[in-house]
Amino acid sequence: MTWEPLLLTFKLALATTVLLLIIAIPLAYWLAFSKSKIKPVIETLVSMPLVLPPTVLGFYFLIAFSPNNSFGNWLDSFLGIKLVFSFTGLVIASIIYSLPFMVHPIQSGFSSISSNLKDAAYVMGKSKFNTLTKVLLPNIKPALLTGIVLSFAHTVGEFGVVLMIGGNIPGTTKVASIAIYDEVEALNYSAANFYSSVLFAITFSILLLVYLVNGGHLKRFWK
Amino acid sequence: MIHINIEKKLKAAHGDILLNLDIKIKKGQLVTLYGESGAGKTSTLKIFSGLLQAEKGLITVANETWFNSDTKINKTPQKRKIGYVFQDYALFPHMTVVQNLEFALEKNQSKAIIEELLQIIELGALKDRKPDTLSGGQKQRVALARALVQKPEILLLDEPLSALDIKIRLKLQDYLLKVHKKYNLTTILISHDIGEIHKLSDWVFVLKNGLVEKMGTPTEIFINKKLSGKFKFKGEILKIEKEEIVYVISVLIFNDVVKIIAQESEVKNLNLGDKVIVASKAFNPIIYKVE
Repeated sequence: MTWEPLLLTFKLALATTVLLLIIAIPLAYWLAFSKSKIKPVIETLVSMPLVLPPTVLGFYFLIAFSPNNSFGNWLDSFLGIKLVFSFTGLVIASIIYSLPFMVHPIQSGFSSISSNLKDAAYVMGKSKFNTLTKVLLPNIKPALLTGIVLSFAHTVGEFGVVLMIGGNIPGTTKVASIAIYDEVEALNYSAANFYSSVLFAITFSILLLVYLVNGGHLKRFWK
Repeated sequence: MIHINIEKKLKAAHGDILLNLDIKIKKGQLVTLYGESGAGKTSTLKIFSGLLQAEKGLITVANETWFNSDTKINKTPQKRKIGYVFQDYALFPHMTVVQNLEFALEKNQSKAIIEELLQIIELGALKDRKPDTLSGGQKQRVALARALVQKPEILLLDEPLSALDIKIRLKLQDYLLKVHKKYNLTTILISHDIGEIHKLSDWVFVLKNGLVEKMGTPTEIFINKKLSGKFKFKGEILKIEKEEIVYVISVLIFNDVVKIIAQESEVKNLNLGDKVIVASKAFNPIIYKVE
């Protein structure tokens, strides 16, 4: 019973969330405002992880990233990156797995802003990027917060993908959810209970915080 | 001189219409686009400002081409240098009044204009308030000031006063006239209010189903044609009561209930909820000053 799997879980969730935020903002922006014909296809792809069993994703990642296959082999020999059974691999798989949890709230945030705000900034001569950072993003703070927290919590809770692609290497890929499974298999219930209760408490607090903030219950403290 | 000659298919509530305009506006004029909703007024402003693209046509401003479908010239809205006041004001909710104005500054533009504008619109005292805490008329003034920060030569106003009550509307009309003259603007206004159009504009384009139906001075458009020595109001019947030998009909005209005496023969065809016209010869009308 160590803190290692828990720390690893939060390290993974943090890395995933930060990278996801960077990826999801332009993606959500495009999905919200583009009139492209391929938009439905992209929307579908983004939403796939919601319905696909995590083991399916994990399985294909395992195949794709395996050094026995051409893509995995290329990654290994040219870039020196091993994605199977490594922390980097976990992060990439988690990003795909949690993508809809970040993209959807931000996308609906963008769609809910009156398009006149954007237009007003444009006729003032502001660039699209400037409008995004100064006008749009500040007005969808609750959506951003929801996206960040959901992605974080969802990554903390993932199991199937991690098990398939990460395996169970202590300190590298053995996250809390795997450790719990491991301890239960070994009939070590007190250790399993330790990990479980910590996860339970932390995820409860995070979600509670979101509802408090987005519901305006904390306004008097942070306004 | 502004020349707008455009063609664009628009999706309106009752089927598609073809917006097809050819209008010329002299520098320094205040012109009004008048017409039913769905006639293409807002779309015209959006195409002119570059927020919407026409399928065919030509837009030139003072010999400078902003849009030309043949030579594929299309200036972005950022480069067209116009002030635009949106119908819903489009104030940035996360910024205070003064921040809204400062955001509109061009790079390296001096902040002096902001003090000047705050004074003209008399909002200095409210400059640190967020838009949510302002009244409709105050928001409107902020939106107007914000549109003028970059000292544009052209100002577009999309029904700027339609959501306000009559008293504030009259006052804001004065602000509009004031800034239009002070900054030598060429202004295009969308309005439904005939009184407002009379007071403000030099020229009116009446749009109908995407076409210019009529154009002229406000007097030519609204008065000469209808000059009949009659008052005429549209209203709705709220109540029909019999009193002694006559009937009293209560008619809602705008926001006022007017009681009208009628004979039995007149009442026969009238029902509650009917839309009616109330007309009277105006031999000796009384005029009160309201404001």
